[in-house]
Amino acid sequence: MTDFSAVAKGDELPPLQVHVTRADLVRYAGASGDFNPIHWNDRTATAVGLPGVIAHGLLTMALAGRLVTGWVGDPAAIRTYGVRFTRPVLVPDDDEGALLELSGKVRDVFDGDDGARIAKVDIVAKFDGRTVLGRASAEITLPG
Amino acid sequence: MPDESYVGRSLEPSEAYRVGREKIREFATAIGEGSRICHDVEAARAAGHPDVVAPPTFTATITMPLIEAFLRDPDFGWDYSRMVHGDQTITLHRPIHGGDELVTVIHVDELTTRAGSHMLTLRCELADVEGTPVSTTKAMLVTQAAS
Repeated sequence: MTDFSAVAKGDELPPLQVHVTRADLVRYAGASGDFNPIHWNDRTATAVGLPGVIAHGLLTMALAGRLVTGWVGDPAAIRTYGVRFTRPVLVPDDDEGALLELSGKVRDVFDGDDGARIAKVDIVAKFDGRTVLGRASAEITLPG
Repeated sequence: MPDESYVGRSLEPSEAYRVGREKIREFATAIGEGSRICHDVEAARAAGHPDVVAPPTFTATITMPLIEAFLRDPDFGWDYSRMVHGDQTITLHRPIHGGDELVTVIHVDELTTRAGSHMLTLRCELADVEGTPVSTTKAMLVTQAAS
């Protein structure tokens, strides 16, 4: 259990690994309303020059966000969250799917205008050993 | 060629989007968010929320269909079929809950063309029906310029 009163710049968040399968993409398409076929149809994906079906960028963003909300145990604690989509996550048509490796580090801790203690966290999201999100960071209210 | 006269303008406010409790649960499940405050009303209320809490990126579920409708409108002149998402920022002025009714106004903040690509920044201001700000999101979208 993290002692959030002691959180300081440089602290590392517990890492998170998430497997993303084709079934996850279909489920996310339905939940989000983003039915772009490049996220479920190989024929369309290759026709537009991709090596195959890729994950929705916003799904990758959502999964990376879980690293931070899971750390503080509160999905309502995120104040602001931004990413650049720098590289696609290819999702093979198998049972294992793509492995997304998430890690994060506290860049800063400061007091917000509303008196809350806020941590700014830099997030690293890797697929196949390479980063897929750029400048990914979130500001989150610390518990307590 | 996208119509540059849109830059600096805002579109008509959307119709109110009613945030469904089941939609939040479905979305939370889809992203593997197991926190009880996203699924269980009692747990959410015990944590001080009026209803289940939407994960932060749920905002895109509200805004992306509105953005798509604007960009598919031939009037703006955007090639939606070749579009990719460049970056995304989401700011929550408060959490979004089941039962919220949210109105979105899209602002066309920036349009630049570089190295054969158009880059468009759209800002969405989400507010409740009384006009109190709830969330501000920014999406930078890229499409190929016609060659």
